[in-house]
Amino acid sequence: MSTKRAARPQTSTTQTPAAQATAALQRPGRQTPAVPRRSKRTEILENRPVNLDGFVEEWPEVGMVAMDSPYDPRPSVRVKDGTIVEMDGKDRKDFDFLDQFIADHAIDAAAAERAMAIPATEIAHMLLDPRVSRAEVLAVSSGLTPAKLLEVVKTMNVVEMMMAMQKMRARRTPANQGHSTSARDNPVQVAADAAEAGLRGFRELETTLGVVRYAPLVAIALQVGAQAGKPGVLTQCALEEATELELGMRGITAYAETISVYGTEQVFCDGDDTPWSKAFLASAYASRGIKMRFTSGTGAEVQMGNAEGKSMLYLEVRCILVAKGAGVQGLQNGSISCIGVPGAVPAGIRAVLAENLIASTVDLECASGNDQSFSHSDMRRTARMMPQLLPGTDFICSGYSAVPNYDNMFAGSNMDPEDYDDWNTLQRDLQVDGALRHVPEAEILAARNRAARALQGVFAHLDLAPITDREIEAVTYSHGSKELPLRDVLEDLKSAQSVMDRGVTGLDIVKGLEAGGFPEVAEALLGVLRQRVSGDLLHTSAILTPELTTLSAVNDANDYAGPGSGYRPSGARWEEMKQLRHVVSARNPEQEVGGSSPKAVPAGTAVGTGGTAGRRTLHLEEKGAAHQGRRSDEVVIGISPAFGDFFSKTIVDVPHAEVLRELLAGVEEQGVHARVIRLRSSADLAVIAHTAARLSGSGIGIGILSRGTTMIHQKDLVRLSNLELFPQAPLMDLETFRMIGRNAARYAKGESPEPVPSRNDYMARPRWQAKAALLHIKETEFVRPDAGPVELGALISMADAG
Amino acid sequence: MTSEKLDPQRDYPLASHRPELLRTPTGKRLDEITMEAVLAGEVAAEDLRIAPETLRLQAQIADSVGRPQLGQNFRRAAELTALPDEKVLGFYNALRPRASTKQQLTAIAEELEHDYSATLCAQLIREAADVYERRGILAS
Repeated sequence: MSTKRAARPQTSTTQTPAAQATAALQRPGRQTPAVPRRSKRTEILENRPVNLDGFVEEWPEVGMVAMDSPYDPRPSVRVKDGTIVEMDGKDRKDFDFLDQFIADHAIDAAAAERAMAIPATEIAHMLLDPRVSRAEVLAVSSGLTPAKLLEVVKTMNVVEMMMAMQKMRARRTPANQGHSTSARDNPVQVAADAAEAGLRGFRELETTLGVVRYAPLVAIALQVGAQAGKPGVLTQCALEEATELELGMRGITAYAETISVYGTEQVFCDGDDTPWSKAFLASAYASRGIKMRFTSGTGAEVQMGNAEGKSMLYLEVRCILVAKGAGVQGLQNGSISCIGVPGAVPAGIRAVLAENLIASTVDLECASGNDQSFSHSDMRRTARMMPQLLPGTDFICSGYSAVPNYDNMFAGSNMDPEDYDDWNTLQRDLQVDGALRHVPEAEILAARNRAARALQGVFAHLDLAPITDREIEAVTYSHGSKELPLRDVLEDLKSAQSVMDRGVTGLDIVKGLEAGGFPEVAEALLGVLRQRVSGDLLHTSAILTPELTTLSAVNDANDYAGPGSGYRPSGARWEEMKQLRHVVSARNPEQEVGGSSPKAVPAGTAVGTGGTAGRRTLHLEEKGAAHQGRRSDEVVIGISPAFGDFFSKTIVDVPHAEVLRELLAGVEEQGVHARVIRLRSSADLAVIAHTAARLSGSGIGIGILSRGTTMIHQKDLVRLSNLELFPQAPLMDLETFRMIGRNAARYAKGESPEPVPSRNDYMARPRWQAKAALLHIKETEFVRPDAGPVELGALISMADAG
Repeated sequence: MTSEKLDPQRDYPLASHRPELLRTPTGKRLDEITMEAVLAGEVAAEDLRIAPETLRLQAQIADSVGRPQLGQNFRRAAELTALPDEKVLGFYNALRPRASTKQQLTAIAEELEHDYSATLCAQLIREAADVYERRGILAS
């Protein structure tokens, strides 16, 4: 993407005459027009990622407008003898094929005139008022025309739309869909990433190809990998309609989604379909017991140059109603592959939310986009998906990339594996269910390996191009295709062809899994195939649970009715959502819960300098009550109740042995004597430091807490004052402790040293504040209010010194 | 079986609550599709299809939860269960814009009606033929 940035001219050669004049004024005597001086701030803003995104002006005449065009029709309906004879200002004889299909199949003519008589704002009120039930809304929405549905959402802002979505989503429990593809169409990678995705919570997985002829192998890989990750994950392979249906009929895939519909007659025909061909296709899928949804989205028509001067959203509402009329259970919408078009115009992302909402408002399953690269800006791509994540939709992403975006053959998604931890954190922060979860690495590695080995067995059983153990090893630990051995593409393509020629079916895969020694995976796949017999999955918003039971809008209907009702993450699911890669243990803040791998220490974090850090041990011997010092050349170091005791290191893992060693060395290098005492009566740094100062013969003391927060105090100062305070424990490194010791000694000698330079890290709070609180609470557990200060002998020795 | 009156709250999902109502197109019960049977070669791809009776039961459920279009789709699908895959794909392709003359579409509708008793599908295709003619997207 940096190429696009570089292409932006840094100096303008086409300045306006006025600008040239200004430049000439600013720099008299220069012949060449100078570049106007820019502010540093403008320069910084210019370089922000958001300015790599494309933005265009509205142009309603050609449909380059999100949802508010003067050329959109006004809502109207006229019904005669049970037939709609006028819709949105058009007589029946002038209907194009979308109008006719919608009027005859999507809209309930019996409900139309009454529903259309209700003002748009009133319908919008019904949508977002929790006291109006979803069923009551459906009774009205079933009679609304495209222009009326548009008028309704035009009265709503995004917060109101989210409120409405929370109620109108068909399935009670939100879910998510992932992409598993490979830049090299590598089936081993697709299988491993499908397994990981299943484990992470995706209930549907989709693949597509770079080289279409690879489809049968990759579709098999997706299916095997998905079931190896978590039973009951549904899979599909996005292809041309007829081929997609064939793979489905053979039982190699479990559902279909890329059945595109468009909002104008011309573009529909360009896509080589009509509402009737698509309706027939919908029945064809159902006749084989295969779940299916349509796909549409704002921006497709203007992108294809035939928007008939209508707004993107008006045309999308027509698509939604074609899906409704065809009797398909659901729709993938939310601009999808055209997201760059609504994304570029004002209110475009509001329109995208509106299209999701309308799909749900006419009782369709909604797989709500967030499935294509959307923005260079992390802030903007997050903002783009929040309106679906917060209220929850049937599938929040209709394609969260479960492979790195460079491997995503849908041309990249709004989210990819690098965003997993962010996604999980957002879920936990907001207690909003985005349908994913954190999984410990060991489980992920096991699943990736299992999937690759299972696929190896299936390929061997079906006599397809072999998968080597080296590939399996590589894919277990890989992030993307760049780390994988190359496959013999010609052999793979021959294998793919033979899958088609020999008529390999889902049952053959089941047998291959069983023969390869993966009976559980075989059982899971047979379970998925068995669903075709019952047809339960054909209902609106259906997914399979890992126990292979259907969950749909029939048996898991959304029952949101305001605060305290509807789906809210709780119980086991909420406990699962609380897990992240790094969560500090409340019982022992020096450890993390969840058994994840140790946190890598990023560069710049304060850690022990010198190669011996961590190898010294600290032995503190109590030598009775601390006494009042008499030497004027001493500094007393007061340590907190649990320092070098329950705790052994600071908040950033600097060992207490090293900390104390540096403080002592700093004092002693100034020829000043140091004493160490422990305060048991308080974990308050000011109390500790002030007590140390009062016991010090020089009146100078240092106080330090277990987490590393430090203070230099003087006995004559009031307790809440100090000489020097180092409040940000995460920034305390050994060099700082040495300087603190040195300065304390110099104060003791009556000098006025320059204060140790204070540091500031504005990201310390998000990273450390909660852990600091836990450490402090733990420290206070060791407070003994009645205990007096104790004199300590500090022995610091090398751990491996015999 | 189609005379069975279903209650979506009680009977859905059918695989869990009313398995006795379900048969494969080849007459097998759901619990006969086991791994042992697959390995013994007693289950074929045709056994993993939905029967027209099952689709009509699901249509009934769709209707009773207020989804008439979905129900109608299931009823059309029930008719299409009788057609071989190639025929289904062929008819779909014939419905694409400018792919068929009106006579060809009418012939498909008649075939559906006479050979497969697929009256709902035939009706959909006749309707398409009329619209295609009016909108000028028949094959010339």
